[in-house]
Amino acid sequence: MKKKLYTISIFSENTVGLLSQVSLIFTRRGINIESISASVCSIPGVHKWTITAWATRDLLDKIAQQIEKCIDILKVFVYDDKDIVYQEVALYKVATASLLDEPDVEQIIRRYGARILDVTREYTIIEKTGHYNETQALYEELKKHDLKQFVRSGRITVTKSPHEYVTEFISQQENRRNRIENNGE
Amino acid sequence: MKQQQITGAEGLVKSLICEGVDLIFGYPGGAIINVYDKLYDYTDRLKHILVRHEQGAIHAAQGYARVTGRPGVVVVTSGPGAANVVTGLSDALMDSTPLVVISGQVASNFLGTDAFQETDVVAMTQQITKWAIQIRHADDIPAAVARAFYIATTGRPGPVVLDISKDAQNELMDWHHTTCRFIRSYNPAPEVPDATIFEIASILNSAKKPVIIAGHGVTIAGADDALRQVAEKGNIYVGETLLGLAALPADNHYCLGMVGMHGHAAANVTVNNADVILGVGLRFDDRVTSDVHNYAPHARIIHVDIDAAELNKTVNEYMSVQGDARDVLSRLVPLLEYRERPECDETVKRYKAIEKEYVTDIECSPSRQKLTMGEVISTVSDYSGNDTICVTDVGQNQMFAAGYFKCRSSRSFLSSGGLGTMGFGLPAAIGAKIGSPDRQVCLFVGDGGIQMTIQEFGTIMAYDVPVKIVLLNNDFLGNVRQWQQLFFNGRFSQTQMYNPDFVAIAKAYGIGAEVVSSREELPDAVRRMLESKTAYLLDVRIDSTDMVFPMIVPGTRERKLYLNQDKYITLE
Repeated sequence: MKKKLYTISIFSENTVGLLSQVSLIFTRRGINIESISASVCSIPGVHKWTITAWATRDLLDKIAQQIEKCIDILKVFVYDDKDIVYQEVALYKVATASLLDEPDVEQIIRRYGARILDVTREYTIIEKTGHYNETQALYEELKKHDLKQFVRSGRITVTKSPHEYVTEFISQQENRRNRIENNGE
Repeated sequence: MKQQQITGAEGLVKSLICEGVDLIFGYPGGAIINVYDKLYDYTDRLKHILVRHEQGAIHAAQGYARVTGRPGVVVVTSGPGAANVVTGLSDALMDSTPLVVISGQVASNFLGTDAFQETDVVAMTQQITKWAIQIRHADDIPAAVARAFYIATTGRPGPVVLDISKDAQNELMDWHHTTCRFIRSYNPAPEVPDATIFEIASILNSAKKPVIIAGHGVTIAGADDALRQVAEKGNIYVGETLLGLAALPADNHYCLGMVGMHGHAAANVTVNNADVILGVGLRFDDRVTSDVHNYAPHARIIHVDIDAAELNKTVNEYMSVQGDARDVLSRLVPLLEYRERPECDETVKRYKAIEKEYVTDIECSPSRQKLTMGEVISTVSDYSGNDTICVTDVGQNQMFAAGYFKCRSSRSFLSSGGLGTMGFGLPAAIGAKIGSPDRQVCLFVGDGGIQMTIQEFGTIMAYDVPVKIVLLNNDFLGNVRQWQQLFFNGRFSQTQMYNPDFVAIAKAYGIGAEVVSSREELPDAVRRMLESKTAYLLDVRIDSTDMVFPMIVPGTRERKLYLNQDKYITLE
């Protein structure tokens, strides 16, 4: 099977120590995490992590099962790019002089739809939101013009599916909780 | 009226009692001394077994848990105390054994400073437990204990670790304990839809050469009787994994015994020829399958397991069903139809005869000069009415016990399966005997393995634990020797053991003991051992060239099932 960049979405409770547990599951299988981001999500108290990794679908499905087995992990999904809408954000620090002296740079910023966040006499901070290849292309351009710093965030995603599987899972579990508490199941 | 405050240590003890604990295996130390101080006040309700090494504590707790089905509880100190239970945690996770391990930890203001006897227990144990957590406040103790027992005992059972800092043990708290019955992120008993059960039944009913492989999950779920009914109703043979042994009584018509690397010929050929495999409560690990790409080439595999992460993990499955073994098997019974399976009957009959002729008869034949492991184990099995709890260590003793000991009832075969931990046997036998005092417990152990935990003779002596120890002594690390013999041109690198006088050691601990070096001495010695009211050891001198067969050689393209060093059957 072919290796590809896949996106793994993990929904978890907000408890200590989960990150090391999850990252070790990748380590054990010799899979490198390409990017990771974590934040709150639309469900109160639930955290969403987005991980990207190069591997076969088969292996990532197995890794997902093993992650989901950790207590306090609610649900894990493996996505192909076509299943999701995703973005990354990149920041570029360039010398302000290069903007003033080299007209190219201004053109580049316009062409890439990038934004300027901050300008000082010494440096200018540019922001570009987009897919990896877009932020990377801007990086390649700016690299030619005195680029001081570059950083790219992990991928964040939302699914295209009309189903909100995590919400459904949590409501099923809440029903189960009620059954247990009412019937002493 | 406001309840009087108690310390975290006392809260822990009271919470353990609330969870039904009446027995602890443990070893005190500085970071857990507050808990031990409180245990002193509760000796009427909590019996504590002081082992001789923490590894002994955890393996004893495993033995106890495996025979009783109740969680084993272990209490150890920080640092080395906790580090010494790591092997047992890993073993218990692999073999689905419910354990609650409580380790003391340095005071929370010292955490992370390399304080005396500090080690990062949670980081060390996260990957080898079902759940591991550090507790730094007394108030958190009751809920953590409740959660620990719920996690350890439900779903696929496993070990959990509670690492409790010394200040949390000392702190005062308002104690209140409520058992845990729900965790939002965890569903230990997923429901299997009727349609799935109907589909399994219909596949089995239309199969020509079906076989069931029963794993440890069958015993854990209490599905042994349902398994027997499925086999009998559907006229389907059953192979067992190492830990699935005893799921069906060995004398049941459908019981083929162990499958896998050292499994019985009839079991392995039946699996290899099968058109449908119903695997229940097993992991399809490499000792069962060998090369997965050639495994059971004609079969559609239906895999039932409570642990979703085991489904589709190694073999390609036709149907993967997350569910409880007893639930699934008992719902299958009424749907199964009795079908004649002449091809299966023929295979089983033929390969049982072949194994008897080329393997068993030779192993047990009196024409050989020195004693063999097979004949010793079958003698013990026969003389005990096949009704003892058989505990093994790891290696040849284990594989021979799996092949020659005939278990009659559930929870009667204890072995370190997944991890293969040498040194497991002796403490596990102690725990098994303490958990099941009315049953005879026989340990089969090699001269290598016994010396890894031989200090537990002290526990046997201190608590008068009448375990029966059959030391299969061949002055070699026999299993490695066998591989060196077969695959490394007989270069016996570091496998010969220069052994002490085991009888003298046993006697020093008040354990009755004798050497058995000839076939003539064996029956009477076994009888004396079984009839002894106290612990007893037979130091049985075994032919060091003895090898375990049948054997499927791993890592080869062609699947050859060797009956001895030269003769093999090719599995196609």
